[in-house]
Amino acid sequence: MANNQCSRGSALVAAIFALLLVVLTFSTIYFFAARTWWFPESITSLGQAIDAQFVRTLWITGVVFLLAQLALAYVLLRFYDRGGRAHYSHGNTTMEILWTAATAILFVGLGIAAESAWAAYHSQPASPNPIVVRVVAQQFQWNFHYSGPDGRFGRTAPELVDDGLGNFVGLDRSDPAAVDDLVTPIMAAPVGREVVLDLMSKDVTHSLFIRELRFKQDAVPGLVIRLRFTAVKVGDYEIACAELCGLGHHRMRSVLKVLSPEEYEAWLVEQAVE
Amino acid sequence: MATEAHPAVHHAPQGFWRKYIFSTDHKVIGIQYYLLALVAVFVGMFLSLLMRFHLAWPTEEVPFFGAMTPEQYLALMTMHGTIMVFFVLTTAPQSGFGNYFLPIQIGAADMAFPVLNMLSFWLTFVAFLVLLAAFFVTGGAPISGWTGYAPLSALGEIAGPGLGLGQTLWVVSLAIFSGASLMGALNFITTTLDLRTRGMSLLRMPLTVWAWFITAILALLAFAVLLAAGLLLLLDRHAGTSFFIPGGLVVSDKQIPHTGGSPLLWQHLFWFFGHPEVYIAILPGMGVVSHILSCFSRKPIFGYKAMVLAMSAIAFLGLMVWGHHMFMSGMSPYSAFAFSLLTMSIGVPSAIKTFNWLGTLWGGRIQFTTAMLFATGFVSLFVTGGLSGIFLAQPTVDIYLHDTYFVVAHFHIIMGVAAIFGIFAGTYFWFPKMFGRFLNEGIGKVHFWLTFVGVYAIFMPMHFIALAGHPRRYADNTAVSFLEPMASVHYFMTIAAFITIGAQLLFLFNFFWGLWKGSKAEEINPWHATTLEWTVPSPPPHDNFAGHVPAVYRGPYEYSVPGAEKDFTPQHLPEPQAAAGDD
Amino acid sequence: MTARSATDGLELLELGHDDRGPAPPEGRERGDLRPPRIPQHAYLTGLVLALAGILMFFLALVSAFVVRKGLGGDWAATPVPGILWFNTAILVISSVTLERARRGLTAADDSGFRAWWGVTTALGVAFLAGQIVAWRQLAEAGVFLATNPSSSFFYVLTGAHGLHLLGGVLALAVVGLRGDPPEARLPRSTAARVAGVYWHFMGLLWVCVFLLLLLGQ
Repeated sequence: MANNQCSRGSALVAAIFALLLVVLTFSTIYFFAARTWWFPESITSLGQAIDAQFVRTLWITGVVFLLAQLALAYVLLRFYDRGGRAHYSHGNTTMEILWTAATAILFVGLGIAAESAWAAYHSQPASPNPIVVRVVAQQFQWNFHYSGPDGRFGRTAPELVDDGLGNFVGLDRSDPAAVDDLVTPIMAAPVGREVVLDLMSKDVTHSLFIRELRFKQDAVPGLVIRLRFTAVKVGDYEIACAELCGLGHHRMRSVLKVLSPEEYEAWLVEQAVE
Repeated sequence: MATEAHPAVHHAPQGFWRKYIFSTDHKVIGIQYYLLALVAVFVGMFLSLLMRFHLAWPTEEVPFFGAMTPEQYLALMTMHGTIMVFFVLTTAPQSGFGNYFLPIQIGAADMAFPVLNMLSFWLTFVAFLVLLAAFFVTGGAPISGWTGYAPLSALGEIAGPGLGLGQTLWVVSLAIFSGASLMGALNFITTTLDLRTRGMSLLRMPLTVWAWFITAILALLAFAVLLAAGLLLLLDRHAGTSFFIPGGLVVSDKQIPHTGGSPLLWQHLFWFFGHPEVYIAILPGMGVVSHILSCFSRKPIFGYKAMVLAMSAIAFLGLMVWGHHMFMSGMSPYSAFAFSLLTMSIGVPSAIKTFNWLGTLWGGRIQFTTAMLFATGFVSLFVTGGLSGIFLAQPTVDIYLHDTYFVVAHFHIIMGVAAIFGIFAGTYFWFPKMFGRFLNEGIGKVHFWLTFVGVYAIFMPMHFIALAGHPRRYADNTAVSFLEPMASVHYFMTIAAFITIGAQLLFLFNFFWGLWKGSKAEEINPWHATTLEWTVPSPPPHDNFAGHVPAVYRGPYEYSVPGAEKDFTPQHLPEPQAAAGDD
Repeated sequence: MTARSATDGLELLELGHDDRGPAPPEGRERGDLRPPRIPQHAYLTGLVLALAGILMFFLALVSAFVVRKGLGGDWAATPVPGILWFNTAILVISSVTLERARRGLTAADDSGFRAWWGVTTALGVAFLAGQIVAWRQLAEAGVFLATNPSSSFFYVLTGAHGLHLLGGVLALAVVGLRGDPPEARLPRSTAARVAGVYWHFMGLLWVCVFLLLLLGQ
């Protein structure tokens, strides 16, 4: 039953294919296992839950990946054409039901396991004394608006915005509450204290991404989106934009400085002077 | 189910224009779509080559281009995505192969509405020209990505270069494309429902036909929504409405007079289309792979009904998961969770298909034709690409991975590779039927091995840099400090891309060489396959079955039937001839 | 040994159709360049699918309407011009006259068909004229496309419907004027049936849009 114009199943082709699959599978697993490129250390307690879910997912998908690719390699090696007849079968309903059920339990179960971390990310109980920062995104910089010692944000209005004069958030300096407000290009926060972020955008959609916080949230024009975090480790953490916002999207960077409480107060004073 | 008896043999239209250009013959239209996709894919690959060169050598001038500004990079990126998703992946597998083979595989003489079919193609062609025109207008091509998020895509030139006339042309092109797709979908569905020949019940249709049918249903529902979204976007851009543009915006120090619209509304409308769109891109490939794996394992497909149910489930669920593109957008966390569970459940029918492909190979007599190599490669790639989706489907994990190279890896492996492998598999398989000549199998195999290794080399590293937090859609990776250690990976991926894209030139050469000098297909059924396209001459006559009405007596994948003389029992043979092994 | 297919005995799952439409005329010439005949019900299938697409289009617009209204803030209802009641009545009546025309076809009453079909077409034109009057009235009151979100939707929904109805009017005109060529691939009875379903759908769609504008703002 030779087919013209095609090579018959050959042991060599099967072997090469299987070998490639094996190499692909194990090299991929290697790079994940060795963490050659990996998440930076997480600096929030919520980050642990997120990382745990990632690792759980990695294990499950890793095992499935390994089994599936090796199964493919195996069938190619075992069943390449050596003459004889193929085994005539239209399937096996019992197996279908079994592996469908197993997959359903596995995937949906994984999805449900992810739920608690997601709920926590969005419903952290408010602490009594958070730092509130308004994050105002624009093409192509981040603006962090602090309310200052009086704890009240000054009035802002779009018509007062003047990038040329450095009034990026449209602060009404005639408003008494605005006198001590700070608008800075970098964000600072005291370690161990909750920070509430109100994300906004002046022009198009941006996204605030801080790797070590495991934090990412779109800043959508027309919306004020509130999220919280508590950083537990001092350090400088780079901020990047994670939603295409125009030609400067790649350079819309900033820094989150997590400082000791004293350093944080000193930083506020320093910013106020400038 | 019978069509009417065909009248006497139709003579094909005479004259160059009616025969090759303005033809209503589904076979000519199928080839036209395929060739359009072939041009589009090389344009798209060229754009990606330019992008990858720039990412590896950010300060160098790009060959054939010059120094690349960020907006130029983003314009290339936008057009690359738009061209590939619409004019390659929605065109070749469905409109190309589907048009050519759906009528033949169900025993019909043509599609239900041949004139509408011709109109669909020419509208698609016009849409392509309109899109390409964006490169040549003032301001250039848009920079808002293939997803065209508002307000960036709605504000006009003030928000960035290319967002003026270029963006308008983009929207108009997609609107025309949507209209053409709706017409095509209507044709496919009507033909499948009403033009099947005697004995061709729904459950005797080849899985290719099921895939084209289900894909067409998705297209009918999804493209209508894209059309509506595009209309509203055009009005926001040019008529002062505020569907997507909120109030109080200040762009480059200028107050924007719009009020009260919602950027999220655009995302909902776009992704309600956009998610089914990616299933439109992959489902035909799944059908082709099932078809080919069965043929070259010399075995029936494992679990035919389950395969039909799985494709239907994927399509049905695919209409309900669009929110998983929007987890970080500011949508309600409860909605996000619902979308997440629905998305995870698409993994189930996808897994069923993978198991069944493995089950088809199991116990088979596998013949490694080039078509079979690509079909098998599809299975490997589908597993890899599908599994990365599991991460992205969970909002908790998506917090970190959203808008990183993890997403780029995921959709490229599934669409930019697996779906393409489906196109290649179909090409190597059906080329002899379409053109009466074979593609060179030797060149085909080199093409396969280079491509298979190459695509993994390009796209696997993207997962890794994403774990380190590498955002996507960055025109330049030298501004954000934490990207610096990953520069070497970009370099590696670019080299892999050069080699892989170079390998596609082999395919291009093989294709055109094959058209003129390929070895002749003397047998009408060289692969010893069972479905109706292998019962007609290569290429088939104008009305496919030369005036007679074929009849079908069994399912589409009766290979290696115990007791039959040959290892394949075609669908169209009545019992006594089938057992005796007549051909 | 006979091959057993997995699909034996599943003919029940076939979509059975008895309607094969009129038989091809006798003595049809060889070398016929036109595409082969298809079962008549296929035209209806195609139309129903087109309506599904059109429905999705309008559902997208309506869901945008609901979302946009729900954002609160600047939404102010656009007053519905009174003439729309009249236009609605015209359209509903036109569906009745259309069916009356089709009854003329089954009764082989060609002039009856033409007359009532013409009335239907004229009513369709009258509806469109009435819609334009409504737009003029709004413009005179200073309500334009971009005036506020509800007016944007008013114009978009009525405009989109109007365009589709214009297509329907053109289809009615073609069916009415074309007559019933004996060798046609698409005989008049089928064309009238298909155009009728489209027309009724457009009428129903209009009623829904009208109700939305009346009650949903």
